[in-house]
Amino acid sequence: MAVRELDTQVKTTPGVLHEELPRRAFLLKLGFLLNGIAGVFVGVPVLGYLFSSFRTTGPFKSWVPLGPITSFPENKTSLAKYQNPNTRPWDGQTTDIPCWVRRMEGEKFQIFAINCTHLGCPVRWFEQSHLFMCPCHGGAFYEDGSHASGPPPRGLYEYKYKIENGQLWVEGGQLPTLSQPLS
Amino acid sequence: MSMIERLRNVALWIDERLYISRIFAATAGHHVPRSSSSWFYVFGSGTLLCFMVQIVTGICLALVYQPTAGQAYTSLEYLNYQQHLGWFLRAMHNWGSNFMVAIMLLHLAQVFLFGAFKYPRELTWISGVVLLLCTLGMAFTGQVLRFDQDAYWGLGIGAAMAGRVPIFGPAIVHMMLGGPIIAGATLSRFFTLHVFVIPGTIIAIVSMHLRLVLTKGINEYPVPGKPVVKETYIEDYEAEIKKAGVPFFPKAISKDLVFSGLVLMGIVFCAAYFGPAGPHGVPDPGQINTAPKPDFFFLWLYAVLSLMPDYLETVLILTVPFIAIIILFAVPFISNTGEKSARRRPIAVLSVLGIFAVLASFNYLGRFAPWSPKMDAWTSATLPANYLEGRAPLERQGAVVFHSKQCINCHSVGGAGGLRGPTLEGVATRLTSDQLVRQVIQGSGNMPAYGKNLSPAEVAAVVSFMQTLHKPSEAPARDATQSALAQK
Repeated sequence: MAVRELDTQVKTTPGVLHEELPRRAFLLKLGFLLNGIAGVFVGVPVLGYLFSSFRTTGPFKSWVPLGPITSFPENKTSLAKYQNPNTRPWDGQTTDIPCWVRRMEGEKFQIFAINCTHLGCPVRWFEQSHLFMCPCHGGAFYEDGSHASGPPPRGLYEYKYKIENGQLWVEGGQLPTLSQPLS
Repeated sequence: MSMIERLRNVALWIDERLYISRIFAATAGHHVPRSSSSWFYVFGSGTLLCFMVQIVTGICLALVYQPTAGQAYTSLEYLNYQQHLGWFLRAMHNWGSNFMVAIMLLHLAQVFLFGAFKYPRELTWISGVVLLLCTLGMAFTGQVLRFDQDAYWGLGIGAAMAGRVPIFGPAIVHMMLGGPIIAGATLSRFFTLHVFVIPGTIIAIVSMHLRLVLTKGINEYPVPGKPVVKETYIEDYEAEIKKAGVPFFPKAISKDLVFSGLVLMGIVFCAAYFGPAGPHGVPDPGQINTAPKPDFFFLWLYAVLSLMPDYLETVLILTVPFIAIIILFAVPFISNTGEKSARRRPIAVLSVLGIFAVLASFNYLGRFAPWSPKMDAWTSATLPANYLEGRAPLERQGAVVFHSKQCINCHSVGGAGGLRGPTLEGVATRLTSDQLVRQVIQGSGNMPAYGKNLSPAEVAAVVSFMQTLHKPSEAPARDATQSALAQK
């Protein structure tokens, strides 16, 4: 459209050589084409950068040490922290991820994510009533992590763990959600 | 040549090149219906003023604020306590956002009630809805930039909601957090959104919104019995402007100016009197003794999430926001012509009143959060002495169990304790001792079963305590079959 308008304008303007017309139309097309190609060269890296998180599809979880198993007394549930394995230097305190470690008899453990399965608030352990309670909407879980009451749709998220040379390891590094629980 | 004349010549010289006076005449000087110079028409300019306050204070804060997870909190504390007037700028930014959301809602209600969304101003309404969403986006991202415990766990709540989306849930959570978990990358992207992306969008859409006010004119003050008819509306409107139009500047702007001045003074006063908000608590995920709560813009949502039935939750979280937004966008097409005056639109008036009443009630509930257990009640709440006076040792023992096993975190007695479960005031008149034992051991619905966690002696004690919880004038509940058997 623009090209045609330009053409008629040029045609009706006296003193313009006719040889110029095809060259102008060609230049305009060339201009669009060049910018289109350049746009792809700019756009692809920008989009690739923006959505880079989709390229690195994990696994984001890796084995992280929680400390010697002797630091967790038997038949007790205690708060522990592990270092986020995918950390960056400016992460600050957000690298310390808390979790609840329940040691049963011997070398049997249960490691629960801190996040309530309802909306992710940090659940607290009550030694006296053997319950995890959530401060947000009142979800409660039994000591084995199963759902006791309130709005949560399932029991607490449970980490995979392993014991090597007396050290407790946890497979951490990902925020558990209903569509992506830990195991 | 006098000084004033010289300055005048300079101004004329610039204007000859930039045509500023022409732009001014075509915008601020455009003619509006005389009826639109009303106190009801001041909220749009009031919202815009708040946005300008946000830009100025926001730029100032960005000079000091550190958008990294490791240092954001420290820089907020620095702003509060060390930077000269930093506390005041933070307070202005916070109160500017409160005023902006509040005045924007008034503007929304006003244009809705005055039928301003009808033909030919559909696009003005639609761009306004986009601005509303952008402003709420600013409110949420801004709350995250105040990188404290509320912000950290607020992100967790956002992720937990997004994580309910089927199939795409994990990808959406990953996109939102900038990684698999809340960390430095999360704050960086919320900073980018809050400081570049959303404000840029707002500036662009505000320009369009104002352009539409110029092209399609400001809504005339609606008159009952004068409906919008597509065929004649524009003609009638232009005729009215010709007959009784006044230039916006200086004839119609005075009320906007007075209101803007009051808003500005309101922001300054609130900022100086109430001071900045937070930050509340270091964003250390290990500090789990926290009960995150959103700012008031989202408090109603927090209340809705805790009050809706569990089995509907995921469906409602994932559909209701979209349905609400679609309805908002569709308003000008649902009712494109017809009566504009609120006096002839009872359903519109009732909807506005209803929506505001519902939002206000949910916000009120959200402040008190009766659905949250009082996590420290078992160590901090004190039972009034008359609940223990003259009680048998076993009953007193039961009161201790009631405290130490955290029953009191959810149940209140004598005004002490949580509101999550029903109050146990007078429970002895509602349940017999057998029913109390069953309830404690098995739980039900919203109460965990305590069977595994209480010894038989503790159950007996707490039940005997609960049996004392009735008024002296009311007899405790009894099982009629039991007493009949005993009489035989």
